[in-house]
Amino acid sequence: MAERSPTAAPDGPFQHRDSTQGANAGAAREASSINLKGIRKEYPGGVVALESVDLDIRAGEFFTLLGPSGCGKTTLLRMLAGLDEPSAGTLSIGGVDVTDTPPHKRSVNTVFQSYALFPHLSVRDNIAFGLKMRGMARSEREQKVVEIAEFIKLGSLVDRRVDQLSGGQRQRIALARALICEPDVLLLDEPLSALDAGLRSQLQVELLRTQKRLGMTFVFVTHDQEEAMVMSDRIAVLSDGIIQQIGTPQEVYERPANLFVARFMGHDNLFSISAREGMTVQTPIGALETEDHNEGKVALIRPETLELTSPGAPSVEPGKQLNTLMCRVVERFYRGSNVEYRLSHQSGEQHSELIAEISNTGERLFRVGDEVKVEIYPEDVIMLSDDEEGA
Amino acid sequence: MSQADVVWRRRQRRETRHLLVSVLPGALWIFIFLVLPSAYLMSVAFMTNGGFGQPQMPLTLDAFRNLAGFGFLGWSPGNLYTLWRSIFQSVISLALVVLVAYPVAWYISLCRPRLRAIMLLAVVVPSWTNQVIRAFGWMNLLSPGTPLSSLAEKMGLIAPNMGLFPSDFAVTLGLVYNFLPFMVLPLYAAFEKLDHAQIEAARDLYASPLRTFFVAVLPQTLPGLLAGSVLVAIPAFGMYVIPELLGGGRSQMLGNLVASQFGEAANWPLGAAGALLMLLATLMGLFILRRMGRRLGGGTEMVI
Repeated sequence: MAERSPTAAPDGPFQHRDSTQGANAGAAREASSINLKGIRKEYPGGVVALESVDLDIRAGEFFTLLGPSGCGKTTLLRMLAGLDEPSAGTLSIGGVDVTDTPPHKRSVNTVFQSYALFPHLSVRDNIAFGLKMRGMARSEREQKVVEIAEFIKLGSLVDRRVDQLSGGQRQRIALARALICEPDVLLLDEPLSALDAGLRSQLQVELLRTQKRLGMTFVFVTHDQEEAMVMSDRIAVLSDGIIQQIGTPQEVYERPANLFVARFMGHDNLFSISAREGMTVQTPIGALETEDHNEGKVALIRPETLELTSPGAPSVEPGKQLNTLMCRVVERFYRGSNVEYRLSHQSGEQHSELIAEISNTGERLFRVGDEVKVEIYPEDVIMLSDDEEGA
Repeated sequence: MSQADVVWRRRQRRETRHLLVSVLPGALWIFIFLVLPSAYLMSVAFMTNGGFGQPQMPLTLDAFRNLAGFGFLGWSPGNLYTLWRSIFQSVISLALVVLVAYPVAWYISLCRPRLRAIMLLAVVVPSWTNQVIRAFGWMNLLSPGTPLSSLAEKMGLIAPNMGLFPSDFAVTLGLVYNFLPFMVLPLYAAFEKLDHAQIEAARDLYASPLRTFFVAVLPQTLPGLLAGSVLVAIPAFGMYVIPELLGGGRSQMLGNLVASQFGEAANWPLGAAGALLMLLATLMGLFILRRMGRRLGGGTEMVI
């Protein structure tokens, strides 16, 4: 227990369930912040997994490392756990430098992608494993297992064998096994990626509620931008070992820092800018008015900002100067709550495609082949630099 | 009975016949060359030894009494020593083989793939040479006057001019050397598919390196360890060539006893009784290993 950081309160977060304190489970303990300075990872042979990464994760935050495979997000997480050592830089958790601290002496626990339960141990022993390693007495351990089982609603799962559990159940046992240790920081390495869609969204909600109740710092790794947006307080988007952008889900989605982030967040309406004059930019879909003062090589128009009307209809906001295009509907995807239109635009020789996402208000839908008027607010035309950070 | 039922039954019969025909040659082979000789051997163990070494009626337990040490001249512990030596040698050599093979297999599994193939080959290739030739190699290395023997003599481990060969030690060494590949290969197979996430999980959950080994590495390699133990301990228990050559006649094991009874000592019933004892001991060893595997492995995956 001597290795535990001073921020860990003596009372566990699970004991509140027996008391009358109410819903705020995190009140008993103080969460830990994480600070990374100049973290670099270079493998023998010259492969650089992480270029100098600076990152501050706030106490009690649900922080997500988002990026494609091979971007360095898992390496970063493993460094927080102590399973990988940085080639350079310092790492501190709760204000204590832990750069050279081995994993079994860090108050950090991980939920692994493959869950990594011990198959020869019972579920109960799996959950209590961390406590046993810390030398907690058997009776106390058993009490803790009962508490955590109630907290994560494991029910009778604790009496099963590991090989009798489904993927979702294993995931929850893995979570229980990590949470029971009451770590300063909980690390989650794509814990939901092996599950099917329904279970996945259910566990997303559970995980998020658990984090809010405990007020614990969670660092979550995923390659799924929707999952990242749903779960996170803040997101760091990584590519090629470099942090491209750090921000709230809204910031990252609505104001991507560069073309890479825009593409990764699922944006498709990207048009290269050939010239700019004042607040007017020349693009393949014609001249567009913008309110973005930043210089950029690419214009981004989010599909849900497009306004679609019939060719003869009046402007959606007559008092305002909107960008207006005439397009033809090429494809239509009906999704219930919204409708996605693929539009083609002809500007002289230039042929371009646009995507519009219109929320389904029950009005008449356009058909494939219809001519439509597209209106775009100048503030929705966003300038992007076309190259990635550092690339 | 409907038409479909008839067709189905006919097909069932045809499949049964087909199965019988394909299994029959193998079954016959096993019956003629394994079951019959074993039955004969067992029956010989209960016969009386004739004047010229031929087994004959009546049925008695003389051979077993002989095996336990009762002879014309009263009781002697010679055969029990032989049995004890067999057990002792196979257990000691198994333990030493595990000690050597475990780190070797682990190390090989961590090498680059190309290097792995070469190292595995280096482990296996010596066993392609005849056992007898390799035993002679050790005789040359361990005889009195060789550097190894002189070194042992200077350290006071053996009496002057005795040499390390022939001795019990030479037999143990020969057994370890001979059976090493049979442990390295199954262990390597276990290490190759080691789930490293379990090791990381143990470290992450505050297990010290030693605890990590016992909770995350050893259980995963247990099937390989048990398979290797069977491949090593059982043939070692009945080994003939190595004690014969490296023991110099003084370090007899059960295999040698059986061989001599069927050969120069010309007492087939005693030889058969020895073989029967060997079989029983082997089955008991298998049973113990199996129980250990169940206890330690917990899971259902068994090799034996």
